[in-house]
Amino acid sequence: MKTSHKIWMAFAALLLIGIYLVPIWSIGMEAPQYPEGIGMNIMVDNIEGKEPQDLKNINGLNHYIGMKPIEPASIPELKIMPYIFGFLIISGLVIAGTGKRTLILFWLGIFILVSIAGLVDFYLWGYDYGHNLNPDAPIKVPGMTYQPPLIGSKQLLNINATSLPHIGFYISLVSMSIAGLAWWKSKDQKS
Amino acid sequence: MKKQMYSHRFWMLPAVVLISITLFGCNGNGNFSSNSDAAQKVYVAPGELDEFYGFMSGGYNGQLGVYGLPSGRHIFTIPVFSQAPVNGYGYSEESKAMLNTTHGFVPWGDSHHPELSQTNGETDGRWIFINENNTPRVARIGLDEFKTQEIIEIPNSAGNHASAFVTPNTEYVSAATRFSIPMDEDMNNMDVSIDSYKDTFRGTLSFIKVSEEGKMNIDFQILMPGFDYDLSHSGKGPSDGWAFFTSYNSEMAHSLLEINASKNDKDFIAAINWRKAAEYVKEGKGKMMPGKHVRNYIDHEEGGIAKSETINEVRILDPRELEGIVYFLPTPKSPHGVDVDPTGQYIIAGGKLSTVIPVHSFAKMIEAIENEDFEGEVMGIPVLKYDSILHGEVEDPGLGPLHTEFDGKGYAYTTAFISSEIVKWDIENTQVVDRIDTYYSPGHLMIPGGDSQKPDGKYLVALNKITKDRYLPTGPEMFHSAQLIDISGDKMQLLLDFPTEGEPHYAQGIAAEKVIKNQKRFYKLEENTHPFRATSEAQTKIERNGNEVHVYMTTIRSHFAPDNIEGIKVGDKVYFHVTNLEQDWDVPHGFAIKGANNAELLIMPGETLTLTWEPKETGVFPFYCTDFCSALHQEMQGYVRVSPENSDIDFKYGTGQ
Ligand SMILES: [Cu+2]
Repeated sequence: MKTSHKIWMAFAALLLIGIYLVPIWSIGMEAPQYPEGIGMNIMVDNIEGKEPQDLKNINGLNHYIGMKPIEPASIPELKIMPYIFGFLIISGLVIAGTGKRTLILFWLGIFILVSIAGLVDFYLWGYDYGHNLNPDAPIKVPGMTYQPPLIGSKQLLNINATSLPHIGFYISLVSMSIAGLAWWKSKDQKS
Repeated sequence: MKKQMYSHRFWMLPAVVLISITLFGCNGNGNFSSNSDAAQKVYVAPGELDEFYGFMSGGYNGQLGVYGLPSGRHIFTIPVFSQAPVNGYGYSEESKAMLNTTHGFVPWGDSHHPELSQTNGETDGRWIFINENNTPRVARIGLDEFKTQEIIEIPNSAGNHASAFVTPNTEYVSAATRFSIPMDEDMNNMDVSIDSYKDTFRGTLSFIKVSEEGKMNIDFQILMPGFDYDLSHSGKGPSDGWAFFTSYNSEMAHSLLEINASKNDKDFIAAINWRKAAEYVKEGKGKMMPGKHVRNYIDHEEGGIAKSETINEVRILDPRELEGIVYFLPTPKSPHGVDVDPTGQYIIAGGKLSTVIPVHSFAKMIEAIENEDFEGEVMGIPVLKYDSILHGEVEDPGLGPLHTEFDGKGYAYTTAFISSEIVKWDIENTQVVDRIDTYYSPGHLMIPGGDSQKPDGKYLVALNKITKDRYLPTGPEMFHSAQLIDISGDKMQLLLDFPTEGEPHYAQGIAAEKVIKNQKRFYKLEENTHPFRATSEAQTKIERNGNEVHVYMTTIRSHFAPDNIEGIKVGDKVYFHVTNLEQDWDVPHGFAIKGANNAELLIMPGETLTLTWEPKETGVFPFYCTDFCSALHQEMQGYVRVSPENSDIDFKYGTGQ
């Protein structure tokens, strides 16, 4: 690998530091009573209200239909994710240092697998929240579940929930692309 | 046959002419021809916001009404000097102290003149002040939460009418006694014969200093002759540093004033050099004198609980000893309003018995003072020569001119009480340029920013005293009528009538955007410093201290914690400290309990309020939320069991077994 490709690879790894600073995913909700919207952002290690009080208010509303409160402290994924990205950053830098292009492919493979696993996990998490309802809930609508969409919009009773990737997700995509490019561009050289 | 028809038509002619004249007359008054145009101008579509907030004093209801302009929609009423069952103001433990005075608890008031705080002569949306006439007080209301945050009593005053007017940077709020009273050396109200008026009665003008945070304290009072002081306004621009107060009864009559105080051809505007007075105060001049008064304030550091403090002294400045702080401007005849135009060059009086509007020139006033161009003195206060200070007189200004506001485009608008009209005139050449009828008898008028240096000269609101025939009648008593008039063009156009609460006197208006940016939507729970707060359900509890019981309770959609309470006894004094756990805009909860002798509570999100309840009989008593808060509002209720005084039942409480 040429020095420039090493730098690219290192850059791809370092870019992931951004993941710790911005949300990866966001779920927004609109209802007649919430014209200004209410919502939450999923960070690498936390779930935060879009406004500081939003999470509390979402939990307050969800109790009517029997959804469990969202308590970031009790979600194990949020404890693991920072380490996964930490591993990707450090291993990415090491790979850049060694200059072995096959390792880049390996790195990308892990990254993609982790991403898919993350999305599947997120889906299952949403499924559990939406289906696992308190039988004593005050409002029970026959046949109704409240699973938020994985991506896109969905009408849940009076609430229109929209789930979309946020900046952190795109940072991951860019990081992958740069790593992929570093691998592709360095293919005619001996490493 | 033919001839007969002709003659019939001939006789029709005068009748047709008569009818059309009558109709035409109606047309001129009511703007019937432009109804749809007017409707469009005041129409604020559902979901859209008014451009201006209008604040109208509630007069004898002691409150402050908030209206949207141009729609005229009544948006809110802020309780200030009167108890308000609607939210427990003046009843709850947190707000009761706001109504303390040296006369004890005074749960009502007669509020007159709201005045917005200003920065650089422009309304700034921080606070609005309002006076109380009967038990002399001035209140400060925070526009961040539309709540009364402070009330200060004015000592040595017997009717606080000429108030609450601010200086261009809200350095001071001024106040003046409407009624002079006999005062001895120590400023005590004397037990003397009323006919000793001329010898013993005195008036005071007060200047309340306002700190950066809004805290008010009476910096000084000026001792004045025993006139009646009526209204005021501060100078601005070149006249900044001065304040002007109208007075009537320069005759110093004490009975049948309608005759006896209407004799002099001219009364006075008192011009006060407050900046000079403030310098004297800094130099320690004047005298600290007895002047007991109470200051009530919301203590934000301690949970938003109102506290009272008594202040025993006040600094008195005597214009006989301290030169250059007061001059009298002779002004015809029993002047009422006094208004300073946006450039600060002209001082305009509304002589309620005068047939002209006198316009004094500030520059000429200063020149006359420098030249000692005096025609005499009253109680050591120089009286300037009328002709030396006059800029001009507005001829034919309508009958009974009272108050003037300005559009910032060189025009003044004066209400004529007796002839029921508003007269627009050119300030520079004092010529009337337009007039419009009002329905009926306008007192004050208001243009948003109309007494500041930057008026929004788009709308004018006339505050009328008589309403008959404008709305469906409601007996002899009807809400007073406000009328919105478009002043954006050359001709004034009546747009809208709307009723107002109490007897609104003055009003103030401000662009909504200046207020909205500072608006509180809820109180942050983590910032709640109330000593009896419970910021989560886990913190709810009950404590007994003798026969005092403190219930730390929370509310959230749609339950109380606790909602079952046992162990209360007859003879207990129960304090329900209710914290609203909501952190969402516009979700107050109410708290009401059967047989409460004071009020209910309306607790804002994140706030703690306390209601006292003294159960007099045994049994089980329900409590419930009074504000329809959620789909399960009706289920938001609980019970308190009350046992005999000597029972030994322990506390038992909880929610949701
Ligand atoms: Cu409620």
